[in-house]
Amino acid sequence: MITVLIPTALRSFTERQGAVQLEAGTVGQAVAALAENYPDLKQHLYDDQGQLRSFVNLFVGGRNVKTLEGLATPLAEGETLTLVPAIAGGRDA
Amino acid sequence: MMNILDMVGHTPLLKLDKIAPEHNVLAKAEFVNPSGSVKDRAARSMLLDGLARGRLTRDKIIVDATSGNTGIAYAMMGASLGCGVQLYMPANVSPERKSLIRSYGAAIVETDPLESSDGAFLAARAAAETRPDLYFYPDQYNNPANPQAHYDTTGLEIWEQTGGAVTHFISLMGTSGTFVGTARRLKDFKRAIRAVAVQPDSPFHGLEGTKHLASTLVPGIYDPNLADEVVTVSTEEAYAMTRRLAREEGLLVGISSGGNVAAALRLARTLPAGSLVATILCDSGSRYLSDSFWGV
Ligand SMILES: Cc1ncc(COP(=O)(O)O)c(C=O)c1O
Repeated sequence: MITVLIPTALRSFTERQGAVQLEAGTVGQAVAALAENYPDLKQHLYDDQGQLRSFVNLFVGGRNVKTLEGLATPLAEGETLTLVPAIAGGRDA
Repeated sequence: MMNILDMVGHTPLLKLDKIAPEHNVLAKAEFVNPSGSVKDRAARSMLLDGLARGRLTRDKIIVDATSGNTGIAYAMMGASLGCGVQLYMPANVSPERKSLIRSYGAAIVETDPLESSDGAFLAARAAAETRPDLYFYPDQYNNPANPQAHYDTTGLEIWEQTGGAVTHFISLMGTSGTFVGTARRLKDFKRAIRAVAVQPDSPFHGLEGTKHLASTLVPGIYDPNLADEVVTVSTEEAYAMTRRLAREEGLLVGISSGGNVAAALRLARTLPAGSLVATILCDSGSRYLSDSFWGV
């Protein structure tokens, strides 16, 4: 299991939960599983072409996955993935 | 002689002829304000109001929550007035903004990025409440001097610069000060002027400085009766227009400016000839160079 931390802005789509536990081996799988568990969330994370919206920032271990392997970044058992809007690109959230 | 506070406002009103050759889309160049954004107007108004009421004195530290631009304005003005400045902002605010604030000598307290601007607001308020003797807390979300700045200046300037011919005002909202004060003044000049409020299309967005009101704490200064219409803009649409403004108009502005112009152009296309749509170029694009949307 891994944990995804949900920003307050999206908690109305996750039954108010700020942390969601999922089975996933990569960052991409985790986001996809999240959108599958909470279908109303999908349009807020993905564009019409099914691509992750460009301002969605994902952090693992304090690092933006854009500086790691992107959606292919592996997630180890027990790891935490944090979803943050890219308010002006903030890299060091 | 003048000081930095006297340089606020009186910004040019630009006609966007390349983006909107067949319509009258006008935009206030707020990036020419001394700290580089529209927030100089509100910050100046709230600080002068505090000074006039005797609540802001030299020994006080100015404390408030900000997504960046108000903080940069307070930092600049605090330095000029000789007051300390301490700002609460979400940790995911851009590195450019934090550097600007620290360069003026102000302090930053970072709040949980997951809580966005509401988290910063609650933290700033809690700090201000514990030490009212130490802090001056303008509380930009609830201070009437914020929209009043736009009533006294932005709205008046747009009216004068268009010779009273403006027919529509449209803008995104953060604290809502710009929208509320400007729309109120223009409607006081002429009831028929239409005010269109713009909202991010999702609670989760990249429109820096703006707030999705349906999912966040509604600012006390927001007046729900002012908007004749509310429209939405997506972050992608704002990014695309921000790029176009740089490449077609030579205007390097921020994302909310792109969102404003995108919404203004969409509106203008639905209006009869002779309509004149005014909006805001909130800040400079140099504050967003670490973003990837420029595509460079
Ligand atoms: C870049 C940017 N755009 C728009 C706004 C919204 O302005 P207002 O707070 O007057 O609604 C802000 C406010 O901080 C901002 O920083």
